[in-house]
Amino acid sequence: MNRPFLFAAQLGLTLLVAAFLVIPVLMSMLAGVTVNFFQGISSGLTLRWVWRVLDLYADTLALSLGLALACLACTLVLGVPAAYALAKRPSRLTRLIEEMLVVPVAVPGLATALALLIAYGGFREFRTSAAFILVGHVLFTLPFMIRAVLAVLSSIDLKTLEEGARSLGASFPHRFFGVILPNCRSGILAGSLMVVTLSIGEFNLTWMLHTPLTKTLPVGLADSYASMRLEIGSAYTLIFFILILPLLMAMQALSRPRRRKET
Amino acid sequence: MTTPGTRIRLTGCAKTFADGTRALEPLDLEVNAGETLVFLGPSGCGKTTTLRLIAGLEMPDACGRILFDDEDVTALPIEKRNVGMVFQSYALFPNMSVAGNIAYGLKIRRVPEAERRRRVAEMLEMMRITELADRSIDQLSGGQRQRVALARALAVEPRVLLLDEPLTALDAKLREDLRLEIDRLLRRLGITAIYVTHDQAEAMALGDRIVVMSKGKVAQIGRPRDIYLKPADRFVADFIGNINRLSGMVRNGLLELPGGTLPWDSPDGPLQAALRPESLRIAEDGLPGLTGTVISAFFLGDRQRLLVEGVAPEPLIVDAPNRIEISAGDTVRLTFDADALIPLSH
Repeated sequence: MNRPFLFAAQLGLTLLVAAFLVIPVLMSMLAGVTVNFFQGISSGLTLRWVWRVLDLYADTLALSLGLALACLACTLVLGVPAAYALAKRPSRLTRLIEEMLVVPVAVPGLATALALLIAYGGFREFRTSAAFILVGHVLFTLPFMIRAVLAVLSSIDLKTLEEGARSLGASFPHRFFGVILPNCRSGILAGSLMVVTLSIGEFNLTWMLHTPLTKTLPVGLADSYASMRLEIGSAYTLIFFILILPLLMAMQALSRPRRRKET
Repeated sequence: MTTPGTRIRLTGCAKTFADGTRALEPLDLEVNAGETLVFLGPSGCGKTTTLRLIAGLEMPDACGRILFDDEDVTALPIEKRNVGMVFQSYALFPNMSVAGNIAYGLKIRRVPEAERRRRVAEMLEMMRITELADRSIDQLSGGQRQRVALARALAVEPRVLLLDEPLTALDAKLREDLRLEIDRLLRRLGITAIYVTHDQAEAMALGDRIVVMSKGKVAQIGRPRDIYLKPADRFVADFIGNINRLSGMVRNGLLELPGGTLPWDSPDGPLQAALRPESLRIAEDGLPGLTGTVISAFFLGDRQRLLVEGVAPEPLIVDAPNRIEISAGDTVRLTFDADALIPLSH
């Protein structure tokens, strides 16, 4: 078979698959700015639905962003030292702990949420606060932070690096903040983006844990799909996209292998 | 700039690891102020463990004591010992520039900015890497990295400088250049230095004294000359340079070997000894010699290395001058002097 034809065929197939995936997304985004979706684009474009969503669901947006940042703070404080501890003493036990960390990811979010409700549902103040959702989010995202940081820590010669710093008189805080943290910056950054993205988009857990006063963006989305007109749901989706796309793109850019001169 | 040397003393320092492995048998050792002491031995002989004990990266088993001058530093971790350390893998901080690496120890010691800068500039100049100051570590070659590592270790004016196979990761030519440079540096600074290597040429070139180690024990301590010419035992003789084994019989003033006889001035009886390749010579015509056949000949440039069989029970390694034409299959006559023999006790 001649090569230009083969190339054209492959390109065609790729574009077809891409279109299959992208068109619904574009349709949905378009629906959010169409005056009346059932009449089509001819009815005109408008930002009315977007403003409406911001009006109706501003609190869910704020809560989602707040939760994502709080979740990030928690996973940084818990996850980075945990990853360091795991990298420092690789043993069968730490392998086991590493595997166990994945459990919240593997178990359906609904099950985790149910477990949280059974265990802590009785504490009313806690149950009805956003902190309850935060706990769920931290549980779910922590493994991602630990894994990202651990991957970087395992790729550097941590032991020698620390011994080098020690020989120069550096105490543990000096070493940790001056040498270890800066050298796993790329892992921390990748983990952070992952955590924020996952927290903003988390639905399973959150749907079980939320109260009418603690609705996050995805829960609000489900709500609007169920009870609002299609254009509003779509405008809401559009806002979600605008929020999450830069994060996804940054994540992609970070995960690209970095070019490094090796000697 | 001279750092007055520190005398190091180890008494009864043994090291047993958590899994029960005995890495080092009880060791007593004194390192003179300003001396360069080289630990030499095959991997697993305990040389790195000893260095790590002196560094403070490992603690000796109970009873072991380590003194810097008259100060007992046994309980001090490395952070508090004020030692400079150079690692085989450099251990430079990738998140800092060359100058940042060198300044690190000074920052930890809260040396004022101006003084710090002056010191860093001085170190850069001493290691002849001033133009690399702002480079990142990724951009350096292996030799440059080790220069930075040396500068970083020396910047804080340590009491002792500890070098753990610093040249092993470099290629041969660079290794030799840097070896000369380290030698000059250590002499100039007068700092007490401990150098660990498995390379005997490096050990002999750098060491004021060499400690040859084997299986967690000291096999011999001495000047390079003594270690080479008067090895204490088979292990040392074998480990440092090449060695030939001779076993023959002295009868009526003649040493009898499979390749013939040589006039010999010692009482009758069996003779067991070792001989370095360079102690064997091609015998001049008309003078007594032992006849043998060349099995292989390697031209090495400065000399040629022959493997000769038939002279002694085992084939002999012979270093011959480079100008004589010799190839495999040739018959040669060899001789050696009695005082070149190394007596072997075991």
